[in-house]
Amino acid sequence: MSILDQVNLNDNAPVTARTARPVLNQRSMARFALYVLAVTLTLWIILPLYFITASAFSTRDALYDWPKSLFPNPISFDTMDFFLNSRGVYSSALNSLIVGLITLALSLLIGAPAGYALARFIFPGRDSYKLLILTTRAFPIVILSIPLSVTFLNFGLYDTLIGVALVHTALALPQTILVTSSIFVAVPNELEEAALTLGCHRMSAFTKIVLPMALPGLAAAAIFAFVLSWNEVFAATILTSQNRTLPAQVLGSLSNSSLPLRYAGGFVLIVPSLLFILIIRKYLLNMWGRVVK
Amino acid sequence: MSLKQEPEQALKTPGQAGEVALPDFKRRRRRFNYTPFLLLLPATLFLAIFFLYPMLQSFIIAFQDSQGGFTFDNIDTMVKDTNFGDALKYTLLFIVIIVPLQVVLALIMALVINTGLKWAGFFLYIWTIPLAISDLAAGIVWYSIFTNHGYINQILIQLGLTQTPIDFLSFENPTLVFVAVVIAELWRATAIVMVILVAGLQVIPRAYTEAAEVFGASPWQRLWHVTLPMLKPSLQVALILRTILAFQTFALVFALAGRIMPVLAGEAYKWYNDVRNVGVAATYALLILLLSLANTFIYLRFLNTKAEELA
Repeated sequence: MSILDQVNLNDNAPVTARTARPVLNQRSMARFALYVLAVTLTLWIILPLYFITASAFSTRDALYDWPKSLFPNPISFDTMDFFLNSRGVYSSALNSLIVGLITLALSLLIGAPAGYALARFIFPGRDSYKLLILTTRAFPIVILSIPLSVTFLNFGLYDTLIGVALVHTALALPQTILVTSSIFVAVPNELEEAALTLGCHRMSAFTKIVLPMALPGLAAAAIFAFVLSWNEVFAATILTSQNRTLPAQVLGSLSNSSLPLRYAGGFVLIVPSLLFILIIRKYLLNMWGRVVK
Repeated sequence: MSLKQEPEQALKTPGQAGEVALPDFKRRRRRFNYTPFLLLLPATLFLAIFFLYPMLQSFIIAFQDSQGGFTFDNIDTMVKDTNFGDALKYTLLFIVIIVPLQVVLALIMALVINTGLKWAGFFLYIWTIPLAISDLAAGIVWYSIFTNHGYINQILIQLGLTQTPIDFLSFENPTLVFVAVVIAELWRATAIVMVILVAGLQVIPRAYTEAAEVFGASPWQRLWHVTLPMLKPSLQVALILRTILAFQTFALVFALAGRIMPVLAGEAYKWYNDVRNVGVAATYALLILLLSLANTFIYLRFLNTKAEELA
């Protein structure tokens, strides 16, 4: 960020020096407008998050109060307490965690080798394979989960955590392959070749050279898979009846839960996501954007 | 060393890498290298089982009657259902309205970040937060804002704009419900478009816009004639991805509007979960798949996207 700033200062310096005053004013006006815009956009993102937080920590009465305060007054943990202790919430949160971790492990275990192959080898059909991976993105979750629920019933996978995790892995896999491939591309091939010429076996060259360098990126890819699983609700609802994940539990009880419970549920769903995005923010652009060097 | 592998230039220029590699290909023909295929095998098998198989299976479920014969009954039931027309209408209308709005808003956000203003990193972090928020949670968030006891009504009353709370989310005002859903989705799903565009802007060399500036191009001209044309590949990726995802919108609408605004994915859920008719649910799923594929095809065909740019 500081580099960006410097570049910009250098950009502006000669221009401001040689142009007349009115232009300078125009420039600083434009600059001011830019910040107003940026702050407005920030409020647009932050305010709804504030509102759900305030709702989750209001007393029950305060939520139905009219007119109600924009600040929770008094701040109360009753609603959250009630939500966290209501039937099915604790177990479904635990289920979500387990499904997320299985998804994380499976998608990395299956996806990373494919990503490595796409990054390091030129082979016939490589481009078509990448295109194939991309087209899987065009597959709606709906089309996976409904027929799979029938199949899962036959295989005893229906209403199991591993069943949900398998579908989540399928959803995360295309992204994991493409992201890990871009991470392996970023590890200089020369280092790996040097290790090979110095007598390393291909496998040990990978574990000793490539893996340590790719580790932070791989961790980010893993977290992405976890977040996808944590947030996914359609397949989780379709494929379970008793062993619900947290989103499935919240969705299933949405129509017959009171306002405070809904808000507490929404808040609990959001908090882990916020933490994850904080951890992987460095990799955001590489992950969802195109591959940027 | 017959395991000779190609130094990978960059993912986005496979064509060039292929040309450089020509002598290698000749050499390698003597001993075929199985390593990449072995590495790809698990992922390929997994995707085949969980993508290809369910797709074939859903055709069978949708077109098979209880005796195992061929039937159009499910399609018939789907089309004649009272909600079908509305669900199709709302889904398509939703996409037509939300996708352009998101692209414009995301472009504004990306351009603001790209000016390199102070705290750009901070702004970018805040603006990407919705990426990690599920559609269900986003629906609940905006429910707390739009409901009768919600914050919008609170603010409107304090500003003196209305005396009684406005029913944003009721059967009587389908337009308001639709607007609320669009706003919520705009809040939740613009971030992914923005991230794609920010990444796209970063690879445009600064020299291009600077040159245009030297020749006296106004900021608007620079945007229109330099930045946007160079951003085209990113814009296309964003368009395709967002439209596909918009076809699947379900939990956000469900949390915000309940049964007031039917959408295709919501109907599939309803037929599966409430009516317990897998056949019709699978038919809805097929319809969504068909629309998604048609949409991708249309974008690729008419926007002239090279397939490899999508990576």
